[in-house]
Amino acid sequence: MAPGREERPGGGGTRRLSAASLEERLDEVLFAAQSRRTTTDLARNLADLPRVQQDMVLHWTEVATQTYAEVAWLLPKLAPRAVGLLDAEHFGTWVLSALDAYDRVGAREAMQTLRAVEAYAASLERVAVAVDFGQEEMRLSRLLQGLSGRPLGLRAGVSAWTDTETLYLPARMDLLPTADENRRLYKATTALLWAQTRHGTFGSADLDLESALSRFPDRERALEWLAVLEAVRLEAVIADELPGLAAEIQALRGPWPDALMPLVPRLHRPDATLADSLALLEHCADTEAPALPHCGRLDPAAALAVRSERIARDIQVLRKALAVMKAAGCMKPGGDEEPLVTAQGAGDAPAQVKIEGDLQALPPEGRAAARSLVQDLGEIPPECLVPAGPGLYDPEARPRQAEEKDEPVPPPACDYRYDEWDYHRHAYRKLWCHLYEHEVREGDSNYVPEVKQRYAGLIAQIRRRFEALRGETRMLGRQPDGEEIDVDAQVEARSDRKSGVEPSSRLFCRRVRHDRSLAAMFMVDMSGSTRGWINDAEREALVMLCEALESLGDAYAIYGFSGWTRTRCDIYRIKDFGQAYDERVKQRIAAIEAKDYTRMGVAVRHLTAILLQQPARHRLLITLSDGRPDDFGDEYRGQYGIEDTRRALQEAHAQGVRGYCVTLDRHGADYLRHMYGPAGYTVLDDVKKLPLKVADIYRRLAT
Amino acid sequence: MTDIIATLAPQLEHLEKEPYYHPIGDEVALFEAAYARRLPVLLKGPTGCGKTRFVEYMAWRLKRPLATVACHDDLTTADLIGRYLIVGDETVWVDGPLTAAVRAGAICYLDEIVEARKDTTVVIHPLADSRRLLAVDKRGELLSAPDDFMLVISYNPGYQSVLKEIKPSTRQRFVALDFDYPEPAVEAAIVAREGGVDADTARRLVKLAELTRNLKGAGLDEGASTRLLVHAGQLIGAGVAPATACTAAVARALSDDPDMTGSLDDLVHAVF
Ligand SMILES: Nc1ncnc2c1ncn2[C@@H]1O[C@H](COP(=O)(O)OP(=O)(O)O)[C@@H](O)[C@H]1O
Ligand SMILES: [Mg+2]
Repeated sequence: MAPGREERPGGGGTRRLSAASLEERLDEVLFAAQSRRTTTDLARNLADLPRVQQDMVLHWTEVATQTYAEVAWLLPKLAPRAVGLLDAEHFGTWVLSALDAYDRVGAREAMQTLRAVEAYAASLERVAVAVDFGQEEMRLSRLLQGLSGRPLGLRAGVSAWTDTETLYLPARMDLLPTADENRRLYKATTALLWAQTRHGTFGSADLDLESALSRFPDRERALEWLAVLEAVRLEAVIADELPGLAAEIQALRGPWPDALMPLVPRLHRPDATLADSLALLEHCADTEAPALPHCGRLDPAAALAVRSERIARDIQVLRKALAVMKAAGCMKPGGDEEPLVTAQGAGDAPAQVKIEGDLQALPPEGRAAARSLVQDLGEIPPECLVPAGPGLYDPEARPRQAEEKDEPVPPPACDYRYDEWDYHRHAYRKLWCHLYEHEVREGDSNYVPEVKQRYAGLIAQIRRRFEALRGETRMLGRQPDGEEIDVDAQVEARSDRKSGVEPSSRLFCRRVRHDRSLAAMFMVDMSGSTRGWINDAEREALVMLCEALESLGDAYAIYGFSGWTRTRCDIYRIKDFGQAYDERVKQRIAAIEAKDYTRMGVAVRHLTAILLQQPARHRLLITLSDGRPDDFGDEYRGQYGIEDTRRALQEAHAQGVRGYCVTLDRHGADYLRHMYGPAGYTVLDDVKKLPLKVADIYRRLAT
Repeated sequence: MTDIIATLAPQLEHLEKEPYYHPIGDEVALFEAAYARRLPVLLKGPTGCGKTRFVEYMAWRLKRPLATVACHDDLTTADLIGRYLIVGDETVWVDGPLTAAVRAGAICYLDEIVEARKDTTVVIHPLADSRRLLAVDKRGELLSAPDDFMLVISYNPGYQSVLKEIKPSTRQRFVALDFDYPEPAVEAAIVAREGGVDADTARRLVKLAELTRNLKGAGLDEGASTRLLVHAGQLIGAGVAPATACTAAVARALSDDPDMTGSLDDLVHAVF
């Protein structure tokens, strides 16, 4: 090749580069001199490629060197094969996927990913039909919530399985030929894993899964088979209550594999349980298990560990709850011997748990524990129905101890002190909480304008809707003047005149604007658990709220709350009732940050007191939060904090303040209902929805 | 002239035929006891769970005429008590439903009382305590309710608006009966009969309601009521495919949020 026919790489030319100039360029990119390796072979490899592809390979080689030199050396070697399989765009994503593997896992995986270029090309064909977990998560979690039972978490993982507390689903589903089928496969898998936890795949009171499995020499194979057999059995259980869902699963899996056919009738008997699956397992565990797309895998070790921990916890909660009830005199003497709980339904599948008699009176935590036990064991073990003895739990002991320990309290230098409700004692602890009121320091002045810009469309919509509300008018009759005649009044005047009585002169109707007379206090959770996107969402939600409320004209205030034990309960003033939504308030919203814990009762009491100073006819206390009341040390955690908060809300209610809670705690239904009442809360399933929904929620509360 | 007044006067319903009502608990006995003691009754419960039907049934059972008023925020005192009208050249008085019920010794049912304005509800206070009096101010009349008059109001505690809470001063005058959706077997029997569907379809409709009620508070204000199930059943009876009927009568009736309706459709398809 004569010189002159060639161009320097990167010079924007179109002519193919010679082996020699490729070598020169590769040496440069790969620092070949330092590593004492030669690029001659690599250059020869690339010499026949068209110029655009040569440039592309050189470009990506250079990119790769910055991360990991070995990948960069491998790339020109694989390039001729790769360009035959991948277009320019996917050539880049292929290299990036290798670099990504290097970042995530390491060098070996990076090299493997790069070498597996054929597999990468094949996976691309499936990308169009793949469905991501993220896309489906909300829908699946609603489905789970509808199906109900014990609350279950939902997470992306490598494969589909459950530990009985969380369902893990593959991060991406691309097993089936179309996106729609993959979406259905997510749903079918979710339903099956739910059924495993609900209908006894992990054993019951009289069937221990682990010991049943120990009979099989090849555990892996036995588990594969068991997953399949349980999929067959559970499909019939699902079909009984949810025939539509079962039909969808059936359509997705196609006809049962031949190996399963003879086993189906037994597994579909209405009284079939895990025991039937295990019995059939004896006959098939020495052959290869058939594959079902949705059946996932079983990990009994992990599931049973979670399950037995939960059972122990539930038993304890239940016994404690019974002890408290007994101590409080709620239980009739001799009540212990009566069956308090009966599980209706066959064996492992209590279709409905009926909690009777005294258990009905249990606090929500105790009731949930009872329900959870029936789900795990098919019954409530009789020993749990004996209230915890004095050795285990003495409702009087704890508070007294705590008081003694805390006696030498330093003199209060706090702004306010509040009582706290101790449900063990059924009495207040006097002036127990020390409250400090702080002003939030102003933060980034660009924050609010940025949020407003990001949500410009939504804000315009919110404003329109709220302005319409403000504009709502009503007719006031019997006015001395007005735009319309009040027919009622006219008629009356006329009959008065007839009967000789002097008629009233108030004969008109006038339109007046609705007098809303409403004051709203927003109590924002600034506990440590809100750090990150929850805090972001809270701040964005406040911007939306301010926009909405400004156009409505309701009086409102915003305070944050957090703290660290009863001697340091912090309240952060962001906007007071009297304050305008001005630059400083905006900067304070920007500066809201996650702090410590969530001692909620005292915050409710303090903010109620502030709210009560407002002259409005209706007063609303709205909490934005991400979880249950909680504080450092175990005293406030759990039922104590819930009961104190509930009490504080009741006190507020008695003074005409209505409490409402917007929360992100998906598992909060039980305690929220207990604290706020059935119509007193909204659970958002997605933190991203908080800013979008909060104005809507306010509208529902205040119109 | 009398014809005109007859058409203007509120209609008291005389129930000849027994309305279908499936008792849920001891509400019938409680209502009868309250009636015997001349105590007013408050029915508390979510919408569409059978409160109105219950009152109709009790009116039949106690052989009393029934005046029903659906309350709304434009309802005035005059709408309840009555007003003067001009007929020809004369002013004539026409009783409102409450006055008519008091005169006739009927049951007066104020449905969804919180929807009415606060100043309107005040007129029922003297009727709802031991005085049992109704002041017809415009006529200078003070009516004393006969023994067989009974006042019944209903209220949905699931309302979230602070502006729609029942005032303690009102609430405390009434004997309160709690209503809720019946348990599945009973609800299925109701849906089968009222919706005109077979037992299996009714059972599935009730299952669907249960799934939607689990979403209450998590994006839904309320789950599907018995009334919605009856509607879905009626559509199915008219030949609409069950899933389509449920989508229209249940899923769309519960939410406008596209994410949520998608989830509700999932639930519909899980059952049908
Ligand atoms: N216990 C019941 N017995 C008979 N029908 C019922 C019962 N509960 C609900 N229904 C049905 O549900 C429908 C709605 O009930 P309705 O009384 O109008 O509800 P509410 O007044 O509570 O809003 C009724 O028309 C009836 O078909
Ligand atoms: Mg009704």
